Amino acid sequence: MANKIIKARDLSFYYGDFKALKNINIDVVKNEVLAFIGPSGCGKSTFLRILNRMSDLVEGTKVEGSITYNEQDIFSMDPIELRKGVGMVFQKPNPFPMSIYDNIAYGPRMQGIKKKADLDAIVEDSLKKAAIWDEVKDKLKKNAISLSGGQQQRICIARSIAMNPEILLMDEPTSALDPISTLKIEDLINELKKQYTIVIVTHNMQQAARISDRTAFFLLGELVEVGPTDKLFDQPEDKRTEDYITGRFG
Amino acid sequence: MDKVMKKVFWCFAALTMTVVAFMGVYIIANGLPFFKHTSLWAFLTGKNWMPSGEIFGIFPMLVASLYATIGAMVIAIIVGVSTAIVLVELLPAKLAALLSAAVDLLAGIPSVIYGFWGLMVVVPLINDLWGGKGAGSSLLAVIFILALMVLPTVIRMTEVSLRAVPNEYKEGALALGSSRLQYIFKVQLKAASSGTLAGIILAIGRALGETMAVILVAGNTALLPQSITDPVRTLTANIAIEMGYASGVHQQALFATGMVLFVLIIAINLAMHMLNTRTERRERRESKGKNTL
Repeated sequence: MANKIIKARDLSFYYGDFKALKNINIDVVKNEVLAFIGPSGCGKSTFLRILNRMSDLVEGTKVEGSITYNEQDIFSMDPIELRKGVGMVFQKPNPFPMSIYDNIAYGPRMQGIKKKADLDAIVEDSLKKAAIWDEVKDKLKKNAISLSGGQQQRICIARSIAMNPEILLMDEPTSALDPISTLKIEDLINELKKQYTIVIVTHNMQQAARISDRTAFFLLGELVEVGPTDKLFDQPEDKRTEDYITGRFG
Repeated sequence: MDKVMKKVFWCFAALTMTVVAFMGVYIIANGLPFFKHTSLWAFLTGKNWMPSGEIFGIFPMLVASLYATIGAMVIAIIVGVSTAIVLVELLPAKLAALLSAAVDLLAGIPSVIYGFWGLMVVVPLINDLWGGKGAGSSLLAVIFILALMVLPTVIRMTEVSLRAVPNEYKEGALALGSSRLQYIFKVQLKAASSGTLAGIILAIGRALGETMAVILVAGNTALLPQSITDPVRTLTANIAIEMGYASGVHQQALFATGMVLFVLIIAINLAMHMLNTRTERRERRESKGKNTL
C-alpha cells in the first residue's frame, strides 16, 4: 500500500450540532478505484465532498481531525488549488448552458490558457479520454444541454479531465442515468483508473463490485469496514457489513 | 354558468383591446393631418421648435430622449447588475433581504417625488459643481434621476434570473477550481442573460416614457444640447408642457410627437417579444433534445 495520496485521520464532521461523520480513518491509494457504499444518510457523500472541500459551500458546518492530500493539510490549503488536483463529477449531470467546446475549455480558460491551438488540443484529448469524442466531434459548437443525460455526464467527466486532476471524485455519477449509459460510464471508469485515482460513491453494490479495487462501507456516520472489494463482499469482517450486503437492511 | 362567465370575461378582454385601439386611432387621427403641414422628414430632423411661428422640428427632443435613455441605461445596467450580484451571491441572506426591501421601496416611490428630490438636491448640486446654462437643470440631472428610477427594475429582474440559475452550475464551476467571481461572471451571468435582458428592455421603456420627474429637472428648453450640463426637453415633456394650451396645427404637432413616442415604445416591445420567443424556442429545442438518448 504505497503511495497514499489522501490520508484522513480521526475526521469528524458536523452539520450544526449533528455529527454526520465520526472519527473516519481512511487512505486513498494512487491509481485505485475506491468505492464508498452504505445506506442513504450514512455520510458517504458528505465524506466525498469534504475531500475537495465542496463541503465549504454548506454553512454551519464544522470539521475535526485532519485530511492530507500529498502530505498537505487540505483545510489550510487554498480550496481552489485543492480542487484543481481533486476534481468532482456530480450525481446529476451539470454541464453549463454553453457549447460543448466551451464546457470543456472552461477550466483551462480559468487557468489562463488562451491560445486556441492549446485549447483545441485539450478539448479533443479530454473528450477522447471521456470516450465521447466520436459522438460529439462534429457538434462541438452545440449547446451541451441538448445532449442526452448519459452524454452530459461524460461531458462533465471530460470537463474535469481537462483540468488534469490527480483524483476524480464521483458522487453517484450513474444514479440519474439509464442502464446503457451506466455501463458506458463504468467502462470509462475502468479506462480512467490507469491515469487517475477515482473515489466513487455508489448506491449500487453491484456497481461497487464491478468497478472498484477497494470498497469502504459507511453506516450512520461511521466507517465500518474498508478493504479489497472481493474480500469485503465475500468475507466481510464486520457483522453489519454482512447484513448490509446480503440485503438485510439498507 | 361557465358559459356566462366565459362571455363576461371575453367582454372585459374585448373592452380593454377596444380602448387600446381607440387610443392608437385617436393619436394617429389627430397627428396624421399634421404631416400635410410639415413633412415627416422635416419634423424628425428639424432643429427648431417654434409653435408661434408654426415651425415644428423635434430633432432636439428626439436626441434628448435618446441621450437621456441611453445615459440612464448605462448607469442603471452597471449599478443594477452589480447590485443584483451582490444581493444574490455575496451578501449574507439577512442583509440581502434588507437591501432587497430597500430596492422594493425605491420601486414604489411616485415619479413626482423623484423629480421633486432631483429638483431640490441634484439640480443645485450640479449647478454648484459644473454650473451650466440651466443652473443645474440639465441632461445630466435627467440621466441621474432616470437611472435611479429604472434601477429597481434592472436589479429585480437580474436578481430573479440569477437566483433561477441552478445550484448545480455553481458546484460544477467551483469543483473545476474556479473562484466565486469567475463562476459569477463566466457561468451565472451567462445563464441568467435572457432574464436580465428582458429587465433591461423593460427599463428602457420606462426611461423613455417617463415624464413628470423629467420635466422637473430637465430645464425644458427645446434646443439641441451641446454638453451634458445643458438643459434639454424630452419628447414626453414636450407633450405634457404644451398640450394644455395648444390648438390647431400646434396641437396636431404634439399628437405627432406622441406618434413618434408610440412607435419607439412599440419597437422596444417588439424587440422584447422577439427576444423572449427566441429564448423560449431555444429552450424548447434544448429540452426536446434532452429526451432523446
